[in-house]
Order: sequence, then C-alpha cells, then structure tokens
Amino acid sequence: MKKLKRYLGVLGMLGVLTLVLTACGGRKSLSQQDVLTNDRTSNTITWGVKADTKLFGLMDVQDNTIKGFDADVATAITKQILGKNGKTKFVQVTSQTRIPLLKNGNIDAIIATMTISPERKKQVDFSDSYFDAGQALLVKKGSAVKSVKDLNKAGTKVLGVTGSSSVANIRKFAPKAKVLELSDYAQAMTALKSGQGVALTTDNGILYGMATENPGYEVVGGTFTKEPYGIAINKGQAPFKNKVNAALKEIEANGTYNRLLKKWFGNVTGFNYKEASR
Amino acid sequence: MAYILTHYWSELIQGLGYTLLSSVIALVFSTVIGTMFAIFEVLPNRAMRIIGRIYIEIFRNIPLLVIAMFFYVIIPMYVAKIDGFTAGTIGLTIYTSSFIAETVRAGIQSVDNGQMEGARSNGLTYWQAMRYIVLPQAFKIVIPPLGNQFINLVKNSSVLAFVAGFDLMYQGNSIASLSLDTINSYVVVGLFYLVITLPLSYYMQHLEKRLAN
Repeated sequence: MKKLKRYLGVLGMLGVLTLVLTACGGRKSLSQQDVLTNDRTSNTITWGVKADTKLFGLMDVQDNTIKGFDADVATAITKQILGKNGKTKFVQVTSQTRIPLLKNGNIDAIIATMTISPERKKQVDFSDSYFDAGQALLVKKGSAVKSVKDLNKAGTKVLGVTGSSSVANIRKFAPKAKVLELSDYAQAMTALKSGQGVALTTDNGILYGMATENPGYEVVGGTFTKEPYGIAINKGQAPFKNKVNAALKEIEANGTYNRLLKKWFGNVTGFNYKEASR
Repeated sequence: MAYILTHYWSELIQGLGYTLLSSVIALVFSTVIGTMFAIFEVLPNRAMRIIGRIYIEIFRNIPLLVIAMFFYVIIPMYVAKIDGFTAGTIGLTIYTSSFIAETVRAGIQSVDNGQMEGARSNGLTYWQAMRYIVLPQAFKIVIPPLGNQFINLVKNSSVLAFVAGFDLMYQGNSIASLSLDTINSYVVVGLFYLVITLPLSYYMQHLEKRLAN
C-alpha cells in the first residue's frame, strides 16, 4: 500500500510537470511584438539562415560569416526595407530549429531553403516564392538508380534530412523504400558515401551544391516535385510580410535577383539558369 | 499532447522498442566487457593492466557521438556493412563499458586485500578467489553507482537518433518536424524515457536494499 502511494505520488508529479511544460507554450512572448517597428528602431533585420548548405547558406570558416544565395537575397531585401545602411544579422538554423526560433522571436524571418507547404502555413506565414526548387536525387556516379521509380523496391534505403518535406514526398513517390532521416545535409552526404543508402533526396538546389563539392556523385532523374522556397514570417506580422514581398518584387525588377542567381548558380552543371531567372 | 500520442502512437512504440532493445543489448555487453576490463586493471600482470588502462582512457574520454559516428561512417566504408542501429548500439556498449570498468574496478579495490589473501591461503586459485570471494563483494558495493551507469546508458541511447537508429529520440525529432508541435513532441518523448528509466531506478534501489540485508 505504501509503495502504491509512492508510485501515485510520482505519477502526480509527472502530471504537474507536464502541465507546467505545456503551459509555457501559451505564454505571450517577443513574437507578439511588431517586427517591422522593432527592426526600424534597431536598423537590423535578424534572419534565420542555413549554415551547412552550399550555394544557399554556408559558414565560411575564414571570416566566420554565412555566405550563399539565401544570405545574399536576405541582404538585398534588408537594404530594400531599411535603406542602404540597413544591417542584417544572420542566425544559424536547421530544418528542426527554424520554426521554434521564429515562433519565440529569436529571428524575424526564415530564409533557409524552406519549401512553402500547407502544413507549414498553419504555423507560419510565407512570402511569395523566391526560388523555384524541386526534389531530385543524388547518387554515386554509375549507380543503377536513374530516377525515383528505381527506388520503389523493398529493402532500398534512401537518405533524407529530418524536418524536410522531401522525406514525406519520397514516402509518397517510393512507398516501398525505407527512409533514413539524418540530422543535416553534411551527415546525410557522409551516410551516402559510407553506403548507408543508395540515394540522397532533397531539393535540387542543395543537391547541385553537394555534387559540385563531391565529384564522384551526380544528380539524376530531374525534379519530380515542385517545391518553391519562401521566406517564413511569424503569423500576425502582416506589415513586415508586405514589406518583404514588395522588396522581393523590387529586386526581381531591378535585376539584383538575376545577378545573385548567376553569381551562385551560373557555373553549376545541370542547373537551368534561364528557366530559374526572373 | 493527446494528439501527438494518438496520432504518432505506432512511431512512439517503435521508438520505445528500439530504445529498449538497444539499451538491453548495451547493458548486457557493457557489463560483461566492463567487468572484464576492471579485472584486467587489478591483475598482477603489468601488460594486462596497461591494456585495460588504455581501453578505458580512450573510450571514457571520447564523446559518445564521435564513437557512434565512427562506427556509422568509417566501419561501413572499410570493414563491414552495418546499419545505424548496430553502429549506435556498438558505440553505446563500448562507451558505457569504459565507465562500468572504472566503477567495478573501484569496487574490487575497495574489497579488503585480506579477502583475496585469505581465499588464496585456503587453496583457491586466483581466478576462483576473484570469482567467488572478491567479485560478489565488489558488486554489492558498486550497485548504486552501477545503477547510475545503467540509467545514463538508457538516456545515452538517444545517440541512435544521429545515426538513423529509429529510437525514441529519432522518432521524437521526426514527430516534432511532422507535427510542427515541438514542445509537446519532446514532452511525450521525455515521458516515454521515464517509462524505461523510472522502473530501472526503482529496481536498482530495491536491489541495493535487498543486498544490504
């Protein structure tokens, strides 16, 4: 009986702990304040960017800055909104941390190879698309896998990254394949090299970056989905979102967008620059 | 939270299963290997003592994640095709065994020297004395710290998440990114870990009391 009481006590404590933890989610926080006003005051926009993705956002260890297409587009948009002297601050995010970081107000917007999807729209708002991505496959040169159809066999292992929509897609396109989710692209690439899976799947833009880094690997089969990237902004930040959309239109019209596209993707084999330019 | 539980129940149960399986395998093998190296360390033979020392110092002082990644990436490239679950479990076993070796060694050394001498002078061989006289007393002493190691082992099994080992933490990451409900996903995962660690904790306490009498 005494033992039973003790167990019940522990269970009760667990219950309280759960309530406390869940209650934290409902508290008002930084994210409730108006981002545009805050940014104007500080003359800085804080962007969540990837730091492990070549061509989009990659940490340059020599000067400790994040460089890539996403980072450059973010800078161009910042200058459009805040003027020539507007400052950008980059915070390193991953597919898993970006939405929580945005929601608790650590970052103002996410520009981190993030596909606009209906599920995500329930959580955050998206700007207009800023890059027309699509899902593709990266395989070892000479691999028997030529397209996504070749993956739909029992026992085939496909590598993806946790938190990316490509994992959900590959389950749709190749339901018989087993999907292994790794924590970031660098690790997924390492797993591909060590033979833990036959193909690595994610958006073509990212895969092209990996193929240029690793000459023994190639992108095959073209894209089998349309997954435009958007800039994610907290719900209830309509003034900021409208500004971002206007800035995006502006840099597309004045040629900045195409210049950046050429800068990062001009030399990538297999990338159709003409089709992607705006 | 109820939504996470009902919606992702099969994933959570699968995760619980893999975490349990990995923990049990690692627990059994790390106890055996750890005890073996603990004995190495107290042997009169100097070479064996050095071997034990090297093993323990290497694996006790490298992060578990590095060991697991080594087995996940390097071994399949050059030695044998092993999947994430196997690689993670091997890493977990080796890592934990070095801590268990230190714990058990301390236990053996805290048994009075007279026990070994007495046993030997009564005609037992070194191994018999170790097996029947010293080790039983040593284990009685190290039950509480060993319990700590076992609980750490279960929690450390979350390293499997990084090598796609389908354990609780892996499912937790996956659920968090699918449901976009980060807080509740990890609260649920935390509760599932408690389902394993709390009974283990109580059992070790029970064992401690029983052996003390």
